[in-house]
Amino acid sequence: MSILIDERTRVLVQGFTGEKATFHAREMIGYGTHVVGGVTPGKGGTRHLDRPVFNTVKEAVREVGAEASIIFVPAAFCADAIMESANAGIRLVCTITDGIPAQDMMMVKRYLFRFPRERRTTLIGPNCAGIISAGKAMLGIMPGHIYSRGSVGVVSRSGTLGYEAAAQMNSLGIGQTTSVGIGGDPINGSSFVDMLKLFEEDSETEAVMMIGEIGGPQEAEAALYVKENMTKPVIGYVAGLTAPKGRRMGHAGAIISAFGDTAAEKAEIMRSAGLTVAPSPAELGSTVAAALAKRPSRKRVVVK
Amino acid sequence: MDIHEYQAKELLAGFGVAIPRGGVAYSPEQAVYRATEIGGSRWAVKAQIHSGARGKAGGIKLCSSEDEVRTAAKALLGKRLVTHQTGPEGRVVHRLYVEAAVPIDRELYLGLVLDRKTERIMIVAHPQGGMEIEEIANAAPDSILRESVEPAIGLSAFQAREIAYGLALAPAQVSRAVTTLLGAYRAFRDLDATMVEINPLVVTADGQVLALDCKMTFDDNAMFRRPNVSELRDYAEEDPREAQAAEHGLNYVGLDGDIGCIINGAGLAMATMDMIKHAGGQPANFLDVGGGASAERVAAAFRLVLSDGKVGAILVNIFAGINRCDWVAQGVVQAAREIGMKVPLVVRLAGTNVEEGQRIIGESGLPIISAGSLSEAADLVVAALRSSRAQSTASGNGAP
Repeated sequence: MSILIDERTRVLVQGFTGEKATFHAREMIGYGTHVVGGVTPGKGGTRHLDRPVFNTVKEAVREVGAEASIIFVPAAFCADAIMESANAGIRLVCTITDGIPAQDMMMVKRYLFRFPRERRTTLIGPNCAGIISAGKAMLGIMPGHIYSRGSVGVVSRSGTLGYEAAAQMNSLGIGQTTSVGIGGDPINGSSFVDMLKLFEEDSETEAVMMIGEIGGPQEAEAALYVKENMTKPVIGYVAGLTAPKGRRMGHAGAIISAFGDTAAEKAEIMRSAGLTVAPSPAELGSTVAAALAKRPSRKRVVVK
Repeated sequence: MDIHEYQAKELLAGFGVAIPRGGVAYSPEQAVYRATEIGGSRWAVKAQIHSGARGKAGGIKLCSSEDEVRTAAKALLGKRLVTHQTGPEGRVVHRLYVEAAVPIDRELYLGLVLDRKTERIMIVAHPQGGMEIEEIANAAPDSILRESVEPAIGLSAFQAREIAYGLALAPAQVSRAVTTLLGAYRAFRDLDATMVEINPLVVTADGQVLALDCKMTFDDNAMFRRPNVSELRDYAEEDPREAQAAEHGLNYVGLDGDIGCIINGAGLAMATMDMIKHAGGQPANFLDVGGGASAERVAAAFRLVLSDGKVGAILVNIFAGINRCDWVAQGVVQAAREIGMKVPLVVRLAGTNVEEGQRIIGESGLPIISAGSLSEAADLVVAALRSSRAQSTASGNGAP
């Protein structure tokens, strides 16, 4: 098993015919992802990468049964593209686009909650590397070959730091179930908690690596969730020890503005909630390895 | 993006927020002209820099005559103001705001923020203004009034009334405070702000409710659709290196250390800086070169990092996924040649075609130190900095 996507997931590419989308759609297809078509308003009826192009997401859902979508639409039009997908019944939307206005995201999230839970869209991103279920399918822009099938789930704000974690694990012979980039924006579609829930439910995932960074309350919320709800070991890391207060470190959301926003505070919250925290970013893989080795002694038998 | 107090006041006034009469001045003469234009007999001459706590730093002067206005303006223009928000280097005052000084009966706090927990706009208010909200939050966290705004509806009048009554305003002031609240909210929403702070919001002796100091911060990602806000940008208030970085599509933040960093991806950049600290060094900057680390981008990054005189060694850490290590290595070698690198350079490549990338660096004939892992890279760059410092001291080139 894996979370969110596998090789059967029918994927749609929004902004399909653009340069970046074309490049990454080709990579995704090469990885084995079941890409069924794309949407570029005005280019409906044509074909691209040997797949049909539609004018609207609704049409793509009707014609080729698209169920997940990856969005490469420019930031100014991105909120609209996400809402179009949600309205058309796409169950999973992954938004790669960086630079979406925060208030657009506020409206998008409000819009998603209009739908009843059973047909509500899961949004991953924006400003993220996407999702990869190792050896099965890729809904993102990551280099697929650095992941290998295994039993560790990875959830990270950062793309490249997620790659670093996967590479360190691979060098120790540890593979992944699914790796999810939730993105570096202050308002994102899915939080660490949302992903931890899915990893906890996934039968194949035995441990989770969670990579946070400075800014925002999501790492602390996740630590509390782990403490109260998770039976699987969670290994944490928070980037940005050297970040000064009030400066934005690349990601729109990576800024220390309130109490609890610093890397040291978040790492401490994780530790006190019982997570194993990697002492440095060079020890992401080895900390996971140690946690996996120790696992049988954990109190996982208490589950019902 | 931040703007000046006077700009924030002009914007808010456009949404119905009442402010004292005032005008901007770039010279002592203009300051005096503004004072006569405003009328009355008492004025505040306020230094315009992107920082709060200007009063404590001597940036706000109360004046009772035209001569005093002139003297105050002379003293403030060109002065370097140091507040706890500007850092030790401070900011030079280039503009003043001259404002009618009003007799104050009460000072209140009003703020609007984009709250990351609720993912909504949050109104924050307190009956005691003038202090910073952090101080209030530490001293009396339970006395802060908070109201979350439903995005599809906007701030409702009843919410604004609840806050106004919560601030214990007299009936005559409640409707004025409601106008201020609704106006500040609409300004926040319509101009894509991420923060509006009116501190203090004052009740004057004659019962008016006025915004005495205002601060607004805007969402950089939304400035493409707010030309009337983005034109208020004051480059004199920003680190010139950051503006230069933005021109090349790079993301740069200057810090206090001496090890320059060039990394792809914001998260990996922060992690690499953490690693330098673990190894006993201090990063000089944050720099994200983005996905495609081409030769030109790397060269631009080198120039930028080296423009900081403190930098004594550079660490390049690229996780090449889509772009291959051999391409990145060629870019680094070409850029290092062009620049004529004089400080030690440690390069760590990971991802696709690592061996090929390392071979290119090894055979370049340049004194580039190649590292395999993240920890090795950090150790090597810290060691390289120390030995180059030791050498330059030994050969007499070091600082006296």
